[in-house]
Amino acid sequence: MTGSKVSDKPRRVHWPTRFTELAASASTPWIQRFYEAGTVAADTALADVPMVALDLETTGLEPQHNAIVSIGLVPFSLDRIRVSGARYWVVRPRRELDLKSILIHRITHEELESAPRFSAVLPELLEALSGRVVVVHYRHIERPFLDQVCRRWTGAGLEFPLIDTMLLEGWAVRRNRSLAQRLGDRLGVRRRPSLRLAACRQRYHLPTYTAHHAMTDALATAELFQAQVAHYFRPDLRVDRMWM
Amino acid sequence: MEVEQLEIREHLRRHPPFSFLAEEDLNRVSGAVEIAYFRADSDILSLDQEITDLHYVRQGSVEVFRSNGEFYNRLGEGEIFGQISLITGRSVRYPVRAHEDTLIYFIPDSVFLDLCRRNEAFADFVEVEDRTRMRHASSQSRAGQEMMTTRVERLVHREAVMLPGSATVTEAARRMTEAGVPSILVCADDQPSELPQLLGIVTDGDLRRRVLAENLPGSTPLAEVMSESLVSVESDDFLFTALLAMLKHNIHHLPVMRRMKPTGLIDLADLVGHETRNSLFVVRNIHEQDDLDGLVRLLPDVRGSFVRMVNEGANAHMVGSAVATIGRALKQRLLELAEARLGPPPVPYCFVAHGSMARDEQSLVTDQDNALILDDAFDRAEHDDYFRALAESVCDGLAELRYPYCKGKIMATNPDLRQPLSAWKQRFSDWIGKPDRPNLLNSSIYFDLDGVHGQTHYADILKQWIAEQASRSPAFLGCLAHNAQTRTPPLGFFRDFVLEKSGRHQDSLDLKRRGTAPMVDVIRVHALASASLAQNSFRRLDDIQAAGFLTASMTADLRDALEFITGTQYRHQAENLEQGLEPDNRINPVTLNTFDRRNLKDAFRVLANAQRFLRLRYRVVKV
Repeated sequence: MTGSKVSDKPRRVHWPTRFTELAASASTPWIQRFYEAGTVAADTALADVPMVALDLETTGLEPQHNAIVSIGLVPFSLDRIRVSGARYWVVRPRRELDLKSILIHRITHEELESAPRFSAVLPELLEALSGRVVVVHYRHIERPFLDQVCRRWTGAGLEFPLIDTMLLEGWAVRRNRSLAQRLGDRLGVRRRPSLRLAACRQRYHLPTYTAHHAMTDALATAELFQAQVAHYFRPDLRVDRMWM
Repeated sequence: MEVEQLEIREHLRRHPPFSFLAEEDLNRVSGAVEIAYFRADSDILSLDQEITDLHYVRQGSVEVFRSNGEFYNRLGEGEIFGQISLITGRSVRYPVRAHEDTLIYFIPDSVFLDLCRRNEAFADFVEVEDRTRMRHASSQSRAGQEMMTTRVERLVHREAVMLPGSATVTEAARRMTEAGVPSILVCADDQPSELPQLLGIVTDGDLRRRVLAENLPGSTPLAEVMSESLVSVESDDFLFTALLAMLKHNIHHLPVMRRMKPTGLIDLADLVGHETRNSLFVVRNIHEQDDLDGLVRLLPDVRGSFVRMVNEGANAHMVGSAVATIGRALKQRLLELAEARLGPPPVPYCFVAHGSMARDEQSLVTDQDNALILDDAFDRAEHDDYFRALAESVCDGLAELRYPYCKGKIMATNPDLRQPLSAWKQRFSDWIGKPDRPNLLNSSIYFDLDGVHGQTHYADILKQWIAEQASRSPAFLGCLAHNAQTRTPPLGFFRDFVLEKSGRHQDSLDLKRRGTAPMVDVIRVHALASASLAQNSFRRLDDIQAAGFLTASMTADLRDALEFITGTQYRHQAENLEQGLEPDNRINPVTLNTFDRRNLKDAFRVLANAQRFLRLRYRVVKV
C-alpha cells in the first residue's frame, strides 16, 4: 500500500438519502435488503454509531485485475469491539492465485480448494455489514473491490458509507507536526511518518499483531479507530463529518 | 469464526489464570472477548458501577484505587481486575483508571463464572486472596531436604544421663560407661529432679583433656571440668537448627530439651551420619584454618554451600542464619588469629556484629558492620593500641573475605565504636531518651546487635538495656516509626516497577533497599515497642505477636512477605554465582516469571500496608 493521494478529495454523500435511492433500484433481493436496512442518520453522534471493521486480502491493488482471497470483519462501537460477532471467510477466486500472495496471506492451496466462491458468501457478508458504518484502513481497497465483484455477479455495483482510519491518521499526524516539520514536509526534506496500519497502531501504544490476515487486520483497524477517537475526536462528533 | 487465528487467544494463553485452561475453554473465552481502548488517565471503572465483565489488561497499565481515592495497586499486561465484584455480585469498590494508553479485553461474566465453576485451578487463582496466594508460594519453595524437615527427636536414641555438679568425675565416668554414652549432662545441685537447671556438659574428651591430662584426682567435682553449656535444642526443632547451633557455638554435643527438661543428647556425629554432604560443614573448616590465606581459600566452598542450600529449597530463614553463621565463624577465627598474634587482650572485650549478621539474616552481599564493647576497666590511653590493632586485623581480614568495609564507618576500627560497656549504655540511653530523627536514621542499625566473640554476655546486657528503655519511650518509637516509612516499596510492576533511576543499574530493582531493609525497619519498631530481646526478624515477629502489638494475621503476612522477598534475593544471588558473576541485590523484573512477579508484588503490598499501619500506631511525639 502507498500513502493516501492528497489530491483525492473525499466525496461527500448524504448516505441515508442515497440508500433510499439504491434500495429502489436494487437488482437482487439481498442487495435490496442491504439498502433497505439503511444507515444511521447523518447527525448521529459517533458514540451511537454501529460500525464494522472490514479487511480484504487481495492478490493485488487493482479491482479489475486482482481477486479477493479472504475477508475479515468485526462489528464494534466506540465502547466495545465484539469479537463474538467477528466473521472470516476464505474465498476461491476465478483466476489462479500467484504463489507469492498465497504466502503473504498464509492461506494454503488446500484451504483454497475447499473455499466457497465469493458469490456464496456475499449474502452473508452484506448481512453482517447492513445497518453499520464500515471502517477500513485505506479506502481504496475494500469498497472498490466489493463494488467490482458485485458488479460482476449482479450487474450492479455496491455503495456504502465508509470511514478511513488512514485518512484520519494522516490528518492527526499533520496536526501534530510542528511548523518546522510541516515546512520540511513541503520541501520534501523530511520523511513523512508511515501511515501503515502497524505504524499507526504503534503511535497509540496498541499491541503488535501479525499483519496480512484479514481477521486480525479488521480487529486491528477497529482498535485503531477507537484509539484515534479517544485521542483526537469527541464521541459526540457527527458521523457525517467522518464518513464518505 | 476461526479463533485459533486470533492474537487474542495466544495472549490469554500466556497469562494465568487463562494459562490453566484447556484448548476448548481457551477458544470459548477468546471468542467471547470484547475489546476497548482507553486513553491514559481516562476512567475504566468508577466507584459503585455495576459490571458484567472480567477485565484483562492486554496492553498498557492501569491504576487501582481505594474507595477513598488512595492509590492501591498498579496492574500491567496480562493482569486481571473486576473479579471480586463478579464473584461477590457487588458493585465496584476499587475504581480503576488507565495509567497509560491501555487496551482492555472484557470477558463476559457468564463465561467467567462458568470457568470458575468448572476449572479448579482457574477458580483458585481468581478467588484466593492475594496474601493466601503468597503463603502458598513460599511454602511450596520450602519443599525437600531432610535436614530441614526431620525433627531432632528422631535422632535422639540415647537417654539423657545427668549428675549434679558436685558429683565426682569418677562417678561420671562410671555412669557414662554403664549407659554407653559419650557425654553426661551436669545440673545444679539443689534442683528438683522434674525441672533440673542445666549447667553444662562433660564429654569423653573433657575427661581426657581436663582430668587425666591435667592429672586431676577422681574426686574432682564435675562442675570444675564441665563445659558450660547454656545452648540446647528443643526436641521438636529441625535437625537443621541443631546443626546450626553446633556450628555457631563450635560445639559437638547438644542437650535436647522437651518442656524445659533434658530428654537426651544429640552429637555432631549423629548429624554427620544423617547427612554427610551437608553444605554447612564448611563452617568446621573455618575453625581449622591457621591464617587468612587459608580462610580466603575457603571462599569458593562458602559460596558453593550457599548456592547448594538455595537450590535445595531451604527457606530464607534457614539460608539467612546459615550465611550469618558462616560469617560469624569467619569473624571468630580472625579474632582468634589476631589474639594469637597480639597476645591476650589487656581487658575483656566483646566483638559485636550489627545489622544483618546480628539478625541472623545475612546474604552474600553485605558490608561489615561491627563494634567493640570493652570492659569498664578500659583505659583508652593505655589499652586502645591493642584494640585498634585487633580491629584493624579483623576488618582488613573481612575485607579480604569479600565483606566490604562499611561506608558509614560502622566498624570496630572507628575509635568511636570502641567503647566500654557503660559508655555504650549511655549512648543508647541518649538515642532513646533524646530521639533525633536524622540522627536515628543512621543509627537504627546499632539496634540490631549480637555478641560474636569474647564476653558475648556484654551484648546481652546491652540488648536488655535497650529493650527496657525503648519500649517505654513513645517519642523514640515515634521517630523510629517515622524513619521506617522513608523507603517505600516499588508497588508498580514489570515495566511499571519503579526502577532505580540512577547509575548504571537503570532497569533494575534493588530488593534490599526497596524490600528487605524497609521490612526489617518496620519489624524492628514493633519489636522494640514490645521489649523483645530477639534480633532475628522472624523471631521478633513471634514476640510482637505474643505481646499483642500486631495480630496473628498481620504477622503472618509480614512473615510471608519477608520470606518471599528474601528468598527471591537469595535465588538471584545464587544465579549470579552460577553464572560466574559477583552476586548483587539487583533484579531486572523482566527476568521474573509471572508467578514470581505477582508474588513479589503481593509482598510489596504487605510492606506498604505495614508502613501505613506504623503511621497510625506510633505517633510522632514532639519532645
